[in-house]
Amino acid sequence: MAKNTYPTPMLDELESGPWPSFITGIKRLRDEHPDERINAVTNGLLGQLEHSYETRKGYWKGGTVSVYGYGGGIIPRFSEVGDAFPESKEFHTLRVQPPAGNFYTTDMLRQLGDSWEKWGSGLVTFHGQTGNIMFIGATTENTQHFFDEINEYGFDLGGAGPCVRTAMSCVGAARCEMSCAHEHGIQRWMVNNFTDDVHRPALPYKFKFKVSGCPNDCQNAIERSDFAIIGTWRDDMKVNQEEVKNYVQKKGRQYLIDNVISRCPTQAISLRDDDTIEVDNHNCVRCMHCLNVMPKALHPGDDRGVTILIGGKRTLKIGDLMGTVVVPFKKLETKEDYESLQEMAEDIIDFWAENGLEHERCGEMIERIGLVNFLEGIGIDVDPNMVSSPRQSSYARMDGWDEEAEKWFERKREEKQAASA
Amino acid sequence: MAQEMRSPIESGCPDGFQYMHPVMRKNYGQWAYHEDIRPGVLVHVSHNGDKIWTVRAGTQRILDLFTLRKLCDIGDEYGEGYIRFTIRSNIEYQLGDEAKVEPLIKKLEDEGFVVGGTRNSVTMISHTQGWLHCDIPGTDASGVVKSMMDELIGEFTSWDMPNRVHITTSCCQINCGGQGDIAINVQHTKPPKINHDLVSNVCERPSVVARCPVAAIRPALVNGKPSLEVDEKKCICCGACFPPCPPMQINDAEHSKLAIWVGGNHSNARGKPTFQKLVASGIPNNPPRWPEATAVVKKILKTYKENAKDWERMNDWIERVGWPRFFELTGLPFTKYHIDNWRGARNSLNASTHIRF
Ligand code: HEM
Ligand code: SF4
Ligand code: SF4
Ligand code: SF4
Ligand code: SF4
Repeated sequence: MAKNTYPTPMLDELESGPWPSFITGIKRLRDEHPDERINAVTNGLLGQLEHSYETRKGYWKGGTVSVYGYGGGIIPRFSEVGDAFPESKEFHTLRVQPPAGNFYTTDMLRQLGDSWEKWGSGLVTFHGQTGNIMFIGATTENTQHFFDEINEYGFDLGGAGPCVRTAMSCVGAARCEMSCAHEHGIQRWMVNNFTDDVHRPALPYKFKFKVSGCPNDCQNAIERSDFAIIGTWRDDMKVNQEEVKNYVQKKGRQYLIDNVISRCPTQAISLRDDDTIEVDNHNCVRCMHCLNVMPKALHPGDDRGVTILIGGKRTLKIGDLMGTVVVPFKKLETKEDYESLQEMAEDIIDFWAENGLEHERCGEMIERIGLVNFLEGIGIDVDPNMVSSPRQSSYARMDGWDEEAEKWFERKREEKQAASA
Repeated sequence: MAQEMRSPIESGCPDGFQYMHPVMRKNYGQWAYHEDIRPGVLVHVSHNGDKIWTVRAGTQRILDLFTLRKLCDIGDEYGEGYIRFTIRSNIEYQLGDEAKVEPLIKKLEDEGFVVGGTRNSVTMISHTQGWLHCDIPGTDASGVVKSMMDELIGEFTSWDMPNRVHITTSCCQINCGGQGDIAINVQHTKPPKINHDLVSNVCERPSVVARCPVAAIRPALVNGKPSLEVDEKKCICCGACFPPCPPMQINDAEHSKLAIWVGGNHSNARGKPTFQKLVASGIPNNPPRWPEATAVVKKILKTYKENAKDWERMNDWIERVGWPRFFELTGLPFTKYHIDNWRGARNSLNASTHIRF
């Protein structure tokens, strides 16, 4: 137990109420942990946090801390009020990449906890908003020791700074009937082919990969990643008509009409008189709604692949952006498929590294230079699936029309040939 | 240092399969459907009939070692040793044996964890770091979330919402908490106060100038020393200059407020993904329990619950009934600040006679 604990009257108020309290947890480390180092550091942390609550100001500042051989992965935290709370004056966070899909055994969690007990504050979060395990609170020196220890048994740092960041994927095929992709394989294939860019920040800004197994996008990939990979299918969805009938039996015809038929964004479903349904698969936009409502009756088709959207990001600097479709459908089955996905990511990152301004996200660069210049830069043909609607403004120079139209026809001819071959 | 430094093993993202429940490994990609048994419990059924039960619980997210080990003990004694965390930091235990579900729930609840957060509930608020360990925060996300979840716990453990509700908080205007059906974010209301003595020492001035989204910062000489100055008429109080230049003090005990946004939705279900929209601002940043922010969130949730139809997310509901009705039903004021003037703002204006009376 720390000898003189800082008073925390405001934080104490966060110990009441039914939701588990992080303050109670930090206090246990301060009061009950056998290691005096941990008692002291959590005491300092609580003291500083109370001071923040009183003054409504934050007191951490950044700096430079990294482990040997890497340029990123640690978020340095030095206290601005270290004189008043010296115990936690160095309180760095380590970003550690979790296993794909966020799976752990209790044994592995204990092992990570034991290592952290040796070198850190004893506070950890599964996971930060980017997706890292966040080990919160280590001194500069112990940062290295902790990393060395966990790196020996298979864990590596994530990204911090202008670099490729830790990737994420949804639970997907491991436990979800909607999954159209091998989410965890894709995640590891992509991010682990960029480890150099994860560990040595040298890009204009951050770059994130996220993978969702279907358009429900549980991983928030479209809005929260520069490179979103979303599972989908292009043949017909599977309909189990018996289960549709069961659903009507259970919930009523009106409920089905109100909640499925009339909620389909493209009016692609009709209910037949015998309580089976008919799906206009060419007009279904794979929004997932009907599958979500009737998971026993409806399933994705068999011809599966991914849609790729580029350029999602949050507010800084030009405002929030969603990713834009750059590849409407891509098969991901063979090694070559995976390699071409990786090459595409390399092309995008290279183009952005060359053309992006300092501190400009990929999506902001696309906004600045226009999607067409971006597509030409990475060698991808235009496709009507990339837009919500064609141009509305006539103020554009179009003297290359005939050649561009010929490109389109040429591509269509090639597609036809490929299809008949 | 004489001691030789150890070179890192650049192993990157570890393989998750080695930590996956054997039933999940065996049925990878073979799931047929799932059922929601009760709030917080799912069963997934594979094409070959195998089943896996999941019990989901909310925690304090900032875990101390005691709590982490307690969660592991519970997983060993009442579960099967396999754990997963959701994107919103809920813990999930996977079980191959249905008989373990009830005892596990009871144990989790006895130990103070909260079972729920599935389907049409208000699941755990995803939050950022705040005063606890970020260097630019205007508030403490963990404290806001704890206070709010204390009051929303009944919505976490039940299925009373029209559809799922994802709430997020962010403690600066970078908003790393992300989009939410409801988002509670810091909103600064005054330009940064510049500590001129420090600027010349710590800041790379050109890169700070470049950071400002509205070009409101210029290099200037102040008291004969190189510093920066802000055109306060132009400044939108976003705080983007603060991370690269800490002397541009944007955080203010009184003038950094909270704002509430609604209708952000990441999913493609029904409509395309949507960004959240401003509904309330000027809410005091009031530690330790932020009661004013919670009151607004509860009011919005109550209105949504009473008025939306089944399966309507917050954005679907508002799109159906219209924004005037939203403000009428919630009693929140509509002000000039609700009308966007950022790039693309014209798209948010009503250029039609579509008006509900
Ligand atoms: C200078 C200070 C900053 C600090 C200390 C900081 C810290 C963090 C941390 C700790 C996380 C969670 C990381 C994880 O899961 O490992 C995070 C996520 C995030 N940060 Fe920052 N951040 C900073 C600046 C920014 C800036 C300037 C932006 C703006 C573009 C930003 C946008 C985000 C976003 C969008 C996420 C989460 C996105 C996702 O879902 O992947 N942050 N930040
Ligand atoms: S994104 Fe789709 S596949 Fe992934 S967990 Fe969500 S519903 Fe399942
Ligand atoms: S997935 Fe969406 S678009 Fe397709 S049929 Fe179902 S509701 Fe309609
Ligand atoms: S929202 Fe802002 S202040 Fe909060 S953790 Fe993210 S970067 Fe830091
Ligand atoms: S707060 Fe934002 S708008 Fe104001 S000077 Fe700083 S960067 Fe520019």
